Amino acid sequence: MSPITLIKISLCALLRNRMRTFLSVLGIVIGVAAVITMVAMGEGSRQSIKEQMTSMGTNAIIVMPNWNRRGGVQAESSEMLEEKDVIAIRENATYINGVSPMITVSGQAIVGNNNSPTTLSGISADYLKIRNYEIEDGVMFDDAADRMAKVCVIGQTVVQNLFAGENPIGKTIRYKSIPLKVIGTLKSKGSGDFGQDNDDVIFTPYQTVMRRFSATTNIRQIYANSIGEGYAEKATEEIMNILKERRNWTKPTDPFRVFTQEEMIEMVTSTSDMLALVLTVIAGISLFVGGIGIMNIMYVSVTERTKEIGLRMAIGARGRDILMQFLFESVTISLMGGLIGIILGVAASQIVKTVMGWPMIVSFTSVVISFAVCFATGVFFGWYPARKASRLDPIEALRYE
Amino acid sequence: MTDKLPILSIESLRRDFKMGDQVVHALRGVSFDIYPGEFVTIMGTSGSGKSTMLNILGCMDKPTAGHYILDGEHTEKLSRDSLARIRGQKIGFVFQNYNLLSRTTAIENVELPLLYNSKVSSAERRRRALTALEMVGLADRMNHLPSQLSGGQQQRVAIARALVNDPVIILADEATGNLDTRTSYEIMMIFQELHRQGKTIAFVTHEPDIATFSERTITLRDGLLKKDEAHEMQDAKAAFDALPPPETYD
Repeated sequence: MSPITLIKISLCALLRNRMRTFLSVLGIVIGVAAVITMVAMGEGSRQSIKEQMTSMGTNAIIVMPNWNRRGGVQAESSEMLEEKDVIAIRENATYINGVSPMITVSGQAIVGNNNSPTTLSGISADYLKIRNYEIEDGVMFDDAADRMAKVCVIGQTVVQNLFAGENPIGKTIRYKSIPLKVIGTLKSKGSGDFGQDNDDVIFTPYQTVMRRFSATTNIRQIYANSIGEGYAEKATEEIMNILKERRNWTKPTDPFRVFTQEEMIEMVTSTSDMLALVLTVIAGISLFVGGIGIMNIMYVSVTERTKEIGLRMAIGARGRDILMQFLFESVTISLMGGLIGIILGVAASQIVKTVMGWPMIVSFTSVVISFAVCFATGVFFGWYPARKASRLDPIEALRYE
Repeated sequence: MTDKLPILSIESLRRDFKMGDQVVHALRGVSFDIYPGEFVTIMGTSGSGKSTMLNILGCMDKPTAGHYILDGEHTEKLSRDSLARIRGQKIGFVFQNYNLLSRTTAIENVELPLLYNSKVSSAERRRRALTALEMVGLADRMNHLPSQLSGGQQQRVAIARALVNDPVIILADEATGNLDTRTSYEIMMIFQELHRQGKTIAFVTHEPDIATFSERTITLRDGLLKKDEAHEMQDAKAAFDALPPPETYD
């Protein structure tokens, strides 16, 4: 029997019982639609996290104090980073392109009646190239010349919030009552999907923050970038050695934690990998339940059409032909369900994206896999009823009423 | 007739059924030959073994012992699949209750046996089905569903289906059993016409009246061959014309 004939026969049989066919595929439809939507959600958040991470810069490395935590409580403060560490890294490291401390202060930036709740970041000029920021207008402050100067460079969101279309260069921002002169603006980097805004920044020399704002010599984080993609490991090692050397460090534990960008991406995406696994299991369960629905309907179909099977056998159908006929039918049902499910899932993803503004990415792989799983479901759950049909005795089947 | 080789030959055919502890001997050693072009009736009351005989002749069942040679093939040795092939290519079945697929048009019903023959293309299938429908005079009803046809017309579609694969023998199982006398005679006219065209027909019935329209009657009783005699073939057309007009039935 040719495949076209088989498809025709099974489609006819399914169309004869439209309502029943529809109900029996419903499980598959809902299962697949849910899977597509969930995976789109997972993939969307994964992508946006990745983008966010990448927006940190290229080949970025972050050094942080190694807090000793016991049961979530900070037991003892560890070694603190200092300005001298930054200088030592800058002078001695060979795998490092740029290095910048990072000290932040929270507060409100005020200009006249406008204010902006933006964190003030104390950095050095290298920070721009580490994080891929570019100057749009004006200039960046100079580490040596503008040491402790009351100047700042602001992102586009701050420009919007405080200056509403006016040119901010040369104007003064008040931050915790301290006036900071705007000497430059940054090109827009856009915002990540989770609300964090790369343009909502005020940069000022770190010395300014240390001396004028927080009266501390400690540095919270050091940002650096390695000279190229393959050097992250070496750069990390080198930074750690420089920091240990300065302190004559002999303890077995590291005084600081050094993360490369890849490590951070991995850390975050491993969560979404977990999520993907959970989703896959749920998908499997829903398709299994859907498959049982199909198996049930195929049994009914085989019993109902016993006489037809008997006749087909009497006029020359082999067991194999009958098997194929019913297998085709169950595969057709489940593929139809899969197709409708995919369409619904894609539509639902689009709706969530436009209505709720969540990042949704319908991955081609999830569509292909859904379809393949539906096919497998059709074969797996159709097999037993189809085999039952193919083993009927033609005499008995013909006599069946 | 004896100068030809038999198209169908059975020899000491036995068929036992196990019913719990008991063994029922449905056929206890039956032998006969059917020659090409013969129109044979197999008669018997219920329990005579004629249904069992028909199932074996139709290659849907295998004998417990004995031989059955159809068109040169020893069917008792064949596998399930080979039997299916024989049913599809050498046998044309006509059933008492027509066994047409509902919600499938007349022509599609007729095409059905050819679906299981991969050598026949779909165009060829359609052509042969149409020819078969023409032979039973129903070409104008080809797109009707069985539910839109009368019992006699449905049986004619079933006969067309039995003809479409050009079988070596047509097996009819009480083919007139569900029909009134007039329609029965009409159907017998078609069988006689097929006989005139040289088809070999084996017609199973329990009605002696119907047997007279064939040229030879094999009578079974209690699983044994009781009688096998050639006889004059009554003309179905004449019998039909002799019937009172249908109005008088009401």
